[in-house]
Amino acid sequence: MNTPMTPSPARSDQRLDAPITGRGWSVRDSGRGSHPDTSQPIARTAGGGSRGPDDVDNTVTRTGLVKATSTRMDQSSHSGKVGESPLRPDGTLKVTGEFAYSSDMWLADMLWGATLRSPHPYACIRSVDLTEAVKLPGVYAVLTHEDVPGENLYGLEHADQPVLAVDVVRYQGEAVAIVAADHPETARRAVEKIVVDYEVLEPLVDPEVAAFGDMADDVPRLHPDGNKGGGPEGQGGGKNIVRHLPIRKGNPEATADVVVHGEYEVGMQDQAFLGPESGLAVPAEDGGVDLYIATQWLHVDQKQLCRVLGMPAAKVRLTLAGVGGAFGAREDLSMQAHACLLALHTGKPVKMSYSREESFFGHVHRHPAKMRYEHGANRDGKLVYVKAQIILDGGAYASSTPAVVANAATLGVGPYKVNNVAIDGYGVYTNNPPCGAMRGFGAVQAAFGYESQMDKLADALGMDPVELRIRNAMAEGISMPTGQVVDSAAPVAELLRRVAAMPLPPEPQQDSYDLRQLPGGVSNTTHGEGVRRGVGIAIGIKNVCFSEGFDDYSTAKVRLEVIGGESVAMVHTAAAEVGQGLVTVQAQIARTELGVERVTIHPIDTQIGSGGSTSASRQTYVTGGAVKAACEKVRGRVLKLAAERLGRPAAALRLDGDKVVSDADGVMAALVDVLHEDVVEETVKWRHRPTHPLDPETGQGNAHVQYAFAAHRAVVDVDVDLGLIRVVQLDCAQDVGKAMNPDAVVGQIHGGSAQGLGLAVMEEIQVTDGKVRNPSFTDYLIPTILDMPPMTVDVLELADPHAPYGLRGVGEPPTISSTPAIVAAIRAATGKDLTRVPVQPHHII
Amino acid sequence: MRVKCTVNGEKHEIDDVWEGESLLYALRERMGLPGSKNACEQGECGSCTVYLDQTPVCACLVAAGQAQDRDIVTVEGLAGEEKLHPVQQAFLEAGAVQCGFCTPGLLVATHDLLEREEQPSDPEIREALAGNLCRCTGYEKILDAVKLAASRKAEAAT
Repeated sequence: MNTPMTPSPARSDQRLDAPITGRGWSVRDSGRGSHPDTSQPIARTAGGGSRGPDDVDNTVTRTGLVKATSTRMDQSSHSGKVGESPLRPDGTLKVTGEFAYSSDMWLADMLWGATLRSPHPYACIRSVDLTEAVKLPGVYAVLTHEDVPGENLYGLEHADQPVLAVDVVRYQGEAVAIVAADHPETARRAVEKIVVDYEVLEPLVDPEVAAFGDMADDVPRLHPDGNKGGGPEGQGGGKNIVRHLPIRKGNPEATADVVVHGEYEVGMQDQAFLGPESGLAVPAEDGGVDLYIATQWLHVDQKQLCRVLGMPAAKVRLTLAGVGGAFGAREDLSMQAHACLLALHTGKPVKMSYSREESFFGHVHRHPAKMRYEHGANRDGKLVYVKAQIILDGGAYASSTPAVVANAATLGVGPYKVNNVAIDGYGVYTNNPPCGAMRGFGAVQAAFGYESQMDKLADALGMDPVELRIRNAMAEGISMPTGQVVDSAAPVAELLRRVAAMPLPPEPQQDSYDLRQLPGGVSNTTHGEGVRRGVGIAIGIKNVCFSEGFDDYSTAKVRLEVIGGESVAMVHTAAAEVGQGLVTVQAQIARTELGVERVTIHPIDTQIGSGGSTSASRQTYVTGGAVKAACEKVRGRVLKLAAERLGRPAAALRLDGDKVVSDADGVMAALVDVLHEDVVEETVKWRHRPTHPLDPETGQGNAHVQYAFAAHRAVVDVDVDLGLIRVVQLDCAQDVGKAMNPDAVVGQIHGGSAQGLGLAVMEEIQVTDGKVRNPSFTDYLIPTILDMPPMTVDVLELADPHAPYGLRGVGEPPTISSTPAIVAAIRAATGKDLTRVPVQPHHII
Repeated sequence: MRVKCTVNGEKHEIDDVWEGESLLYALRERMGLPGSKNACEQGECGSCTVYLDQTPVCACLVAAGQAQDRDIVTVEGLAGEEKLHPVQQAFLEAGAVQCGFCTPGLLVATHDLLEREEQPSDPEIREALAGNLCRCTGYEKILDAVKLAASRKAEAAT
């Protein structure tokens, strides 16, 4: 493989439980291979000047970049097939500043939208007075729920959230009214002139009260007709329970030699994407609307918008604008419905773009969790049972809480073989900010619980924590707590061994120091005194794709034709590119399957069927699968054409290097000569193998498509006098089945690990009495380049026979295990229990 | 008010600028230069970093009126006619771009760093880029990109 990776040396010292059929490779933080220079011209688009919907498509052909990657892959007649690391097709636009993100959308006569949000976490609305707002010069519209033509409700799984509040607000930041004006400041001032008379109510903010205390009369029922996701009241479903999922396996009375208990908490993490919620809604001549939007799933947005606007799908057309990161925060609607309502009302294009403060109120967050765990093991370390109660605070609206509960509960024991399991997962309504999808999605919270327990158990047994994990590691063929039998590689022990065997950083020097290498950095808080080093290891498990019987498909159209004397493949899907590189992988698949060099990615829009969600680490699997299947159909037709024209059986022919090739006789014809004027186009709707619902009483069922694993080792230095932490090194080993684009895979692992580091030591939305205390990047801290240590990444490729190319979802696993590994390292350095993340200085001193 | 300034070598004259408007808003919404990004608009993330008379600043913290008669260079002004700037090319090749929203600010900050320090050490790079938030990459490939750009510049100079 001709990539800048350093191949890992053969490892003869590995003890393998099962033969490793894939190959591993690793990349160090430095010492990358040389990057061949290129003097080739780079594709540019017209920049600056007028911009509008006609110009906003981010379609990028590989002109220019073709040459650059050819230089990189000079051993190959093709550049950028599956398994190689071609450059991003949108990369040049992104480094020149010309890539059109959703907040860059612009039309000459557009208006600006703004939102009035509730200052109270729970209140009745007595009245709303728009008089002064409407009078303000420059204001074109001020709308409330009365102006919603369709149903005033939306939601991913249950439509329980008002587009604009009716007579009650259930969280601080809930949208009450919207304004369109000719300048964003005018819109903001108009919002301030709207007078709302609230009757403030006592908010329900304790998720445990919501879960268990809600039969008391003084606990409000937050959704009068709600509890759509829960069971009947009194049978695991109360008046504020969104979902209760019990998992029961084996003997509930099992006893063990050694028992450890623990209670753990996870704070509310924010996705903190950098590109704010934004987009441009343009009213169309047919009475419909065109929306240019940053989202994770165009078609689920469209479905909800159709209901709100009272329009058929043909009149609500969405095009993906450039997406400035997502991480789950763009799964729910934010400004989509508001912008469309304002555009349709005023007859003018309306742009909305949230400020960072508004963004903290404009999307759901990671569920905070309270977890109680009990692990029982024999003296030899073998787990006998795991009991757990996991309470996830879903906040005011359901969002994706039911699915988050399912992940936390079904993956609640971690990647270990346990015969006796009793887990209860709860997702509840409160008046806290709504929570939903964030990278890792329920698996993150559980992993902090079960991995903390494994370390506690190792301590109680006097056993090495890695050895304890390896002794209990799940493997292919075991039965999960749901009864699902794992039917592809599960190299848990191998990943642990690999990450444990990586070289450690040098010990800190006692006699000389560099402030930049110490906790506290150039704040000059220590010269090394009071600094203790610790090392911790953790591993996590994640389900890939949508679960529990969801019809999880993607649609791809592939067209092969001759353009300008060259054979060109065009790939069209509605699958959202959010930065992860799906567009790169789609082009790689087309090149691999069709043997062409030039691939064009069509703008991502709703003119084609759904691509499903860019979440659950599923897009390369499902949309990749759809693109592959469409390419195979196109290839079949082209080879049939070639067979007719060349007088050879189609089975003896293949496509390679823009040519039709026979294994026996070599090049038979140029692809352009076979195609002539023919345009070969196929559209495929592709599904992964079906999953099944979980039994609501026992949690048994084949609910998941695929499991993915990553392990981390963290090295930290802690100033135990001040409670300051510096993560010195963070290493990862992950199985990805097949590295479709090795550079992008490593990029996902780096980025996911960084978000796990953030949760471990700094990131939390502080909520007091239902109110957010830190809605800014001044007060909500995400890791900077100073906080993120060097990483060694070791990637295993053990093919999953059920998945396209054998691939395994990549995006989420690294976010799961990095947090518990770092906390384990801090425990090792400090001797403290540390039962809550993020770990703060006062937890240490 | 009317503001006159030079951006990427071109003279701009913009009318009806409201006193509270930032340079970032003026660039993005009035001059057709949306490359500088609006990630936080409070000086925390560095996504809107531009040169103001050769000094990198957060354009969101500069009032548009302060740009009067000043010389501004944005991400759109880094590349030559035919070719990317070595810093841009390095970010592209090193995989330092995912969603890319932080990239314009990081490119200007890196450009500035390499003007001051031809071969920065890792700690120097980290310190210089500490004001630029990235949520996608974990910064590893950004570090790679800076070092790659530095070595390319050194090669070109010899």
